[in-house]
Amino acid sequence: MATIWVFAEVGPDGPTSAALELLTKARELGDAEAVALGPGAASAAASLGEHGARTVYASDDPVYDEFLAQPVAHALHALVQGHAPDLILFATTYASRDVAGRLQAKTGTALMSNAIDVTSIDRVRTQIAGGTLLVDVELQGPSPRLVLCRPKSFVAEPVGGTADVVPVDVDIPDALRTAHRVERHEESAAGPKLEEAKVVISGGRGMQDAANFGLLDQLAAVLGNAAVGASRAVVDAGWVPYSYQVGQTGKTVKPDVYIAVGISGALQHVVGMKGAKRIVAINKDPDAPIFRLADLGVVADALQFLPALIDEVRSRKGA
Amino acid sequence: MNIVVLVKSIPDPSGDAELGDDLLVKRDGEGSLDPGDEYAVEEALQLAEASDGEVTVVSMGPEGAVSAIRRALSMGAHRAVVVTDDALRGSDVLATARVLAAAIGRAPFDLVLTGVESTDGYTGTLPMTVAELIGVPAVTFARKVDVTDDGIRVERQTEAGYDVVESTLPALATVTAAASEPRYPTLKGIMGAKQKPLETLSLADIGLTVDDVAATQRVAAVEPAAQKGPGEVVQGDAAAGRVADLLAEAKVI
Repeated sequence: MATIWVFAEVGPDGPTSAALELLTKARELGDAEAVALGPGAASAAASLGEHGARTVYASDDPVYDEFLAQPVAHALHALVQGHAPDLILFATTYASRDVAGRLQAKTGTALMSNAIDVTSIDRVRTQIAGGTLLVDVELQGPSPRLVLCRPKSFVAEPVGGTADVVPVDVDIPDALRTAHRVERHEESAAGPKLEEAKVVISGGRGMQDAANFGLLDQLAAVLGNAAVGASRAVVDAGWVPYSYQVGQTGKTVKPDVYIAVGISGALQHVVGMKGAKRIVAINKDPDAPIFRLADLGVVADALQFLPALIDEVRSRKGA
Repeated sequence: MNIVVLVKSIPDPSGDAELGDDLLVKRDGEGSLDPGDEYAVEEALQLAEASDGEVTVVSMGPEGAVSAIRRALSMGAHRAVVVTDDALRGSDVLATARVLAAAIGRAPFDLVLTGVESTDGYTGTLPMTVAELIGVPAVTFARKVDVTDDGIRVERQTEAGYDVVESTLPALATVTAAASEPRYPTLKGIMGAKQKPLETLSLADIGLTVDDVAATQRVAAVEPAAQKGPGEVVQGDAAAGRVADLLAEAKVI
């Protein structure tokens, strides 16, 4: 049976949801194991085991967190040489992309990015052209094959197992302690996280000005359990922080309802939200591409329509 | 400070992707400079101007890639190296990284800059693979790059905000749109670009063989994704009520 590793990122609350999602797929493909490096790794093993990892290679050494990618890639490569997994699954996140890229230079094996499914240990499905084409790619050559999956491609399912924890003890040379994280700044956002909210309301250029994002905040507040996102265009323009961005380089969301306000529907935005159960698009241009995938389109100026919608929702909630 | 900028020539970013018989996106004709790489070119020019340094553009691509390279030269880069070889058609990310690493390694450098990911392929791992192959530290997603006495100090975007990362040089960084506003080439810049050194190299010129760039993946099948047809479209006074109906159907109000 094939051995499938999940490279599990660990946050303050344990393994990321993306890591647990990947374990669902890993279990389906073979024996699932996980690698977790950095503070909190050992204690994350319980959750990883519960989601199907039989073995967790773990180290709590802060070196993996303080220095970017090089120590992690070095240790991961040492583990690969020792245990020869067939396939390693990563989430498409900043940290994992960096690690996978470095690892590929060391292993010289196949790497596939932006996978939305892994159909066998050597076949991966991805989407191009804004999700209009599905592409099946066959991975060739020696193992381990490296596959980066977009978050929310699979559903995390606990199976109630317990993982054996194998401590990772790899010497990290000083030469790899060079890109040093010296400060951390976190922008705290009120309300539910984008990835977890039932409703996501995203604004684009059609909001005309950063100050008008207040209308989206109002709608979110009236709805409850709603979060505000943005297109890359307005993040690049500096209207809202990067943490708002939905799309290719931003977040992938799958809410019950996605409301795109003044967003034209560029391909790079669409890949981050097309999995929503229902899509509402509000745009004054009736030919905007976003209408092609909207369940409900409203042809209107966002700034005029939003106050009417806020009033309508408020009156129905009050009823 | 000697800065290398890695750039990619991509098919028209606003056009629809067209597939050839081999299931690869067609890349005939003239390409455009990837807009994501323009930020890296601008950042490189600013850092070079502040330090009396030079900017070398390095790229791999078909012959049509030259127009994208010229764009970077007309913005102000000093010289360019482009690796073009029939054996590189359809190259995967590993082969591309090996080619770029070999091309970078031909001359001394302090800093390598590039975009965070290509606009057409968006694999997003190539810069780090290159960094590993040339043996330097790297900082991805830089929204600000400052040169210090000991190296660079970078503000790196994160999912929750940003980190400050310090690194020794030589190093590699990928820059986001927040780092700089790309300048438009001036007429003088466009005319001057034609006189700047543009070196075209083959695989053999950079010391690689066909085996070094052998594919590790193959496109097995392509099919159109199931698309939802365009849904209902409304306007006028009833629109707000109709959106509220949908929110109620979805049980979110």
